[in-house]
Amino acid sequence: RVLSYSRLILVSPLSSWWSHVEMGPPDPILGVTEAFKRDTNSKKMNLGVGAYRDDNGKPYVLNCVRKAEAQIAAKKMDKEYLPIVGLADFTRASAELALGENSEAFKSGRYVTVQGISGTGSLRIGANFLQRFFKSSRDVYLPKPSWGNHTPIFRDAGLQLQAYRYYDPKTCSLDFSGAMDDISKIPEKSIILLHACAHNPTGVDPRQEQWKEMAAVVKKRNLLVYFDMAYQGFASGDINRDAWAVRHFIEQGINIVLAQSYAKNMGLYGERVGAFTVICSDAEEAKRVESQLKILIRPMYSNPPINGARIASLILNSPDLRKEWLVEVKSMADRIISMRTQLVSNLKKEGSSHNWQHITDQIGMFCFTGLKPEQVERLTKEFSIYMTKDGRISVAGVTSGNVGYLAHAIHQVTK
Amino acid sequence: LAAYRTDEGQPWVLPVVRKVEQMIAADHGLNHEYLPILGLPEFRAHASRIALGDGSPAIGENRIGSVQSLGGTGALRIGAEFLRRWYNGNNNTATPVYISSPSWENHNSVFVDAGFKDIRTYRYWDAAKRGLDLHGLLEDMEKAPEFSIFILHACAHNPTGTDPTPEEWKQIAAVMKRRFLFPFFDSAYQGFASGNLDKDAWAVRYFVSEGFELFCAQSFSKNFGLYNERVGNLTVVAKDADSVKRVLSQMEKIVRTTWSNPPSQGARIVATTLTSPQLFAEWKENVKTMADRVLLMRSELRSRLEALGTPGTWNHITDQIGMFSFTGLNPKQVEYMIKEKHIYLMASGRINMCGLTTKNLDYVAKSIHEAVTKIQ
Repeated sequence: RVLSYSRLILVSPLSSWWSHVEMGPPDPILGVTEAFKRDTNSKKMNLGVGAYRDDNGKPYVLNCVRKAEAQIAAKKMDKEYLPIVGLADFTRASAELALGENSEAFKSGRYVTVQGISGTGSLRIGANFLQRFFKSSRDVYLPKPSWGNHTPIFRDAGLQLQAYRYYDPKTCSLDFSGAMDDISKIPEKSIILLHACAHNPTGVDPRQEQWKEMAAVVKKRNLLVYFDMAYQGFASGDINRDAWAVRHFIEQGINIVLAQSYAKNMGLYGERVGAFTVICSDAEEAKRVESQLKILIRPMYSNPPINGARIASLILNSPDLRKEWLVEVKSMADRIISMRTQLVSNLKKEGSSHNWQHITDQIGMFCFTGLKPEQVERLTKEFSIYMTKDGRISVAGVTSGNVGYLAHAIHQVTK
Repeated sequence: LAAYRTDEGQPWVLPVVRKVEQMIAADHGLNHEYLPILGLPEFRAHASRIALGDGSPAIGENRIGSVQSLGGTGALRIGAEFLRRWYNGNNNTATPVYISSPSWENHNSVFVDAGFKDIRTYRYWDAAKRGLDLHGLLEDMEKAPEFSIFILHACAHNPTGTDPTPEEWKQIAAVMKRRFLFPFFDSAYQGFASGNLDKDAWAVRYFVSEGFELFCAQSFSKNFGLYNERVGNLTVVAKDADSVKRVLSQMEKIVRTTWSNPPSQGARIVATTLTSPQLFAEWKENVKTMADRVLLMRSELRSRLEALGTPGTWNHITDQIGMFSFTGLNPKQVEYMIKEKHIYLMASGRINMCGLTTKNLDYVAKSIHEAVTKIQ
């Protein structure tokens, strides 16, 4: 019997099963924070990962979250498993938050919402569900650009990625005609992913009239719409305004699927609170869809973690806490809007001749500065300012204390 | 889903967990920031130490890695996804995966959904002798294609409660080494089985000492009673530190598209407990409390059946270990138990020992006696 070369390598007692395993590339988004942590420059700024910071640059735990946590701790509840689909009070409240309490789809019960592991986990459940049950197409159309993790999520779920024009680098705003042109040519019954608000990474959102036109085309092309809503409330400060597109599409008779995250709008990042929703024809269909979602979730992690969902549920379902939450999420959104304004005025003060209007036109946590990779590299190397290579900054990482430094640095690398 | 119950039939939050939870709730210095992709560092390191032992040569040689996961299920899934991509070639979905017959029913789905196409069973439970079919197990390992993956229950086999003895584990390890079979341990009951953490980890540690590269999916659901916080850990043991580094970097990629980063609450509770000598001692006491109650119920049930003169042998009740027991009742006898006596068993005859209490022991023993004598 002849032993093949590879078998000799594999079965040598000294060799590892893993000798051919390549070193994975550092994760572009979370890797930025790790590099930032290693930097010893006192002026360093982390404009990488999208986590909100207060005006002192510190993580912010919402007061309503603290109150909810105290209430939960006092109740001394047991630690029994949640159902596979998660905490019912949470999933119901999450659906209502997205759809609106007056939504026909919500009131009729023709939806299923399952708890997911924040935005990523919810997106992945949906992607796996579509791979298994959406037989019309394997293609998911993402806006160009999209959140970096969208592509590997859908790919690992077994789907293929395509793109439609979205961001216009010349104007740093929406390429609406390009988007409409591309979307109108997407093969029927493909899957299209839309960012509900505060597009990541560009911060560029369609206006309501533009959403209306997109909905009409999407409906005409009979596309399966997948909304990713990670910033409801966090974008404009108004939860209803930020959910407008989602609600409009549903009202137009488009049965969307939706991933929600509470990482940013409730500051519950590490508790992994999210939800995945399927709008169905009727409540009976919703039950069947739910049963299949359970079959997908069970071999992934059995059932979801309770802590964050309990906090979110208490906040959404208690009138006082909910009121307080709405005020706090608005204040986070307002601080970000104010930083955008200050950044632009500081750039003008530095003497920059570029047009920086896109910084204040864009919305949400992120801003596509328009900086090129070489300029980004200089910002990191010369000024210890960390951001992703695409020139995206997390405005949440800007404070009144460092906005001047940031403007100065940007001016230096762009003048 | 199975969870521990007190003698009053109630869920039990471990006193040490309650204490640590209150500590965490009162600590306003803590926030809810993202954990790293692979999880809370103190949790990962200490969780793996629990499995491998402080003095593990693999730890000393810096050739272990850990991935905080969503419960034992999440750890199994990350391990399975990694193996499908990187084990025995690249994306070799044809590598056979062997699961014990019977096993936890979710094992199959985990590996199917991870992409493996050839899931097989290996003989395990011998219904006739109500014990381990060691001969069948070893024969299936001899016949398995080289490089096959074997899912091994580290202790307290679910659902049979039947574990190999140390001598039997040695035989298993010898065959696996000779045939280049990959050991993937599922360790959901460490401490909960015998009441002793080290004893329940003996098999995993033996394999490590024999030089195997292996995975061990750990759950802290039962031994910490943290069911709904989803606390698990995938321990990776490799030949060298560089292999671990590369393996973890690829596991990060898998985690990133599954849940991005794991939930913080449960990991904080476990890490706080394991890193404090006092809390660690308290935890071991709490674990022993649970294990001892189950052991007591086993011995009490067995002695009642023997006193009643129930036909058959009943030593398997105390030979078996952990939350579950394969009573040996056949489906008709099980139906009798459910319909006539309102005692709920699985069709397999599996009983959850946590459901037994001092108040219902007599009733359960009498019912089994009736079922066995009335129904053949």
